[in-house]
Amino acid sequence: MPEKKRPKLAVWKFSSCDGCQLSLLDCELELLAVAEAVEIAYFLEATRTAGKGPYDLSLVEGSITTPHDVQRIREVRRLSKVLVTIGACATAGGIQALRNFHDVKGFIDRVYAHPEYIETLATSTAIGDHVAVDFELRGCPINKHQLLELIGALLNKRKPNIPKYAECIECKLRGTPCVMVAKGEPCLGPVVQAGCGNLCPTQGRGCYGCFGPISHQPNTAALAEHFTALGMDARDVQRRFRSFNANAVAFRKESEAHAD
Amino acid sequence: MVPGIGTKVVFERNELDRLITALRERQYRVVGPTVGEGAILYEEMTSSADLPAGWTDSSQPATYRLNRARNGRVFGYTLAAQSWKRHLYPPRQRLFRAERAGRGFRLSGGGGDEAPMAFIGVRACEMAAMQVHDRVFTQDGFTEPGYVRRRQAAFVVAVECAHAGATCFCASTGTGPAVGPGYDILLNEILDAGRHVFVATAGSEKGGEILAGLSCRAPAAAELSAAAAQPASAAAEQQRRMSADAAGVLSRSAESPHWDNVAGRCLTCGNCTMVCPTCFCTSVEDVTDLSGDIAERWRNWDSCFTIDYSYIHGGSVRQSGASRYRQWITHKLASWQQQFGTSGCVGCGRCITWCPVGIDITAEVRALEDREQGR
Repeated sequence: MPEKKRPKLAVWKFSSCDGCQLSLLDCELELLAVAEAVEIAYFLEATRTAGKGPYDLSLVEGSITTPHDVQRIREVRRLSKVLVTIGACATAGGIQALRNFHDVKGFIDRVYAHPEYIETLATSTAIGDHVAVDFELRGCPINKHQLLELIGALLNKRKPNIPKYAECIECKLRGTPCVMVAKGEPCLGPVVQAGCGNLCPTQGRGCYGCFGPISHQPNTAALAEHFTALGMDARDVQRRFRSFNANAVAFRKESEAHAD
Repeated sequence: MVPGIGTKVVFERNELDRLITALRERQYRVVGPTVGEGAILYEEMTSSADLPAGWTDSSQPATYRLNRARNGRVFGYTLAAQSWKRHLYPPRQRLFRAERAGRGFRLSGGGGDEAPMAFIGVRACEMAAMQVHDRVFTQDGFTEPGYVRRRQAAFVVAVECAHAGATCFCASTGTGPAVGPGYDILLNEILDAGRHVFVATAGSEKGGEILAGLSCRAPAAAELSAAAAQPASAAAEQQRRMSADAAGVLSRSAESPHWDNVAGRCLTCGNCTMVCPTCFCTSVEDVTDLSGDIAERWRNWDSCFTIDYSYIHGGSVRQSGASRYRQWITHKLASWQQQFGTSGCVGCGRCITWCPVGIDITAEVRALEDREQGR
C-alpha cells in the first residue's frame, strides 16, 4: 500500500529562546503520533535535515529584531500554506520588546566594543506586524496541549479549541480560590488569555501574563487601579504590564499610563 | 430507634467522625468543607479531621481571609469559595466518546458510574441554589441526566448558620439563613459553657437511619432554643440586602446610563459566574486525537462574560462589558423569574466576595434604583 501523503510541517526560529520549539519536542510520547501524522520537513532544533518547501504548516517562533528577519519572514510566509505563530515573542514581540521603550542605539554603544558590526532594528515586533498570520498560539512558552490541539484541529479540518477567555475562567474551572481575593496577590489573570494550565495561581502566585492580553477589550485600567489599591506603586504597576507581552497593544498602552 | 422525620436529637462533637464513617460505609463519597489554598473548599474527606475546626473566614467585597478562631467551632466559617455546583454539575463533563470502527464508529461513555455523594455542611442558601438548579435542569421535560442522577443520589447534611458573613444577604432573598426542607440531616452546632454538641434533625428516612447509628440523646430545652435562635441572629447580622423590586428595576433599566459606570470597573473576567451557585452556562466542544480515529464531546463551564459566549455568525452579540454585565445581572434577577419561576440569586454573596474588584450586586441594583427615582 502506498504511504499516505502526510502534510509537511516546518518550524522556524526568529529572535527567541527556543522554549516554544522545545514544547514540540517536549510532547514526548505524543511526538511519535505527530511524526506519524505529519512529515516534519524542516525543524533545525531537532534535525539538520532540511526538506524543501512549500510547507503545509509553518510554526514560527520568535520576534522580528533585525533587517534580515524582515526579509526572512516574508520568505517563510511565501513558502507556507498555513502560518501559525507560537509564543509571546512571535505573537507580541516577547521580553526583548522591552527595547521598544528605550534607546537601542544607546545600549549598543555601551555594550559592544565595535557597535558598527551590530545590525539591529530599534524595535522587537510580532510576526503579525510583518506578514499575514493564520493563527496565534499564546504563551511564554506555549502550552504543549494547545499545540497538539491546534495540530489535531488542522489535520482533522475542525476548529481548534483554544479559548480566548480570561485566565480566571481556567483558574475557576480548576477550583483554585482567587489569589488576589484570598491572599492579596496582584494577579493579571482577569485581563490575560487562558491556556497556561493555571500554573501560578495553583502555587499561590498571581498571574504574570505569559499568555498576553485577552483579545477583546481587556479592562487593564480597572485592574491597574486595583493593583494600586493593593499597595503597588506606579513603577510596579508599569512593570506588571511590561514583561513577556510588553508590546501587546493593551499592555503597552497600560504600562505607558504609569510613570517610569 | 430510628428518629422519624422532623425528630431532633443531640450528639457530641466527636460523633462527627462516626457520621462520616457511617456515610462512607454506605458507599457515599463524602464531600465537605476543608482548608486548602487559603480558603474553605468543598472536597472529598475521609474523616472529621478534614473538617475546618477552629477556622473562620471573613468576607468583604474583593477580600477573603481565613482566620484562626479561639473556639473549636467546626462550621465557624460562612461558605466555601465555590459551591456544590462543582460536584453536582462539574466544570468539565465528557458527554460521549466516538471511536472509529470499520466504516462506522462506536459510541461510549456518557458517565453515570460515579459513586453517590454525601455533602456535609450545606448552608440554607446552597440548598436553595440546588432547588433552583432542580428547576433549571428538569424544566419542560428537558432533563439534564447527569445532574439529576447525581442530585437524586446525593445525601445532604445541612448546617444552619449561626453567624452571617459581611457579604451575605440571604435574609432579603428569602433563601435563608433558616434551612428549608430538602435535607437528610440538619445540624445546629452549639458551643455553650464548655459543651460542644450538635442538635440534629432528621429530614428523611435515610437521615434518620444514619442518626440511629450515632450515639444520640434527647435534646434539652436550652439546646433546642439555642438552635432555634441561630438563624434569627445570623439574619440580624446581615449588612446587605437585595432590593425587593430587583426584577422590576432591572426590567426597566435596559437603557440605564449606569451600565457604562459598571463597565468602567468590571473586568469581564467571569469570576462571579464561576462562583455563583446557580450560574449554569456551558459550552460544548468537540475534540479529536491527531489520527482522527477518536473523537470526544465535552461540556465545559462557560460564562456570559466571555466574548465568545454570545458568538454567532458574524460576531459576538454582546461586544461591550456594559452589555455583558447587564446580561448577567438582568438574567440572574429578572428574566430568570420568567424563565424558571424563581430568582436566580440566593443571596450567598460569593459574587461580591470573589469579584476581584469587589463589584456588589446589591449595590448595583440600588444604584439603578436610585437613578430611576432621580436620587
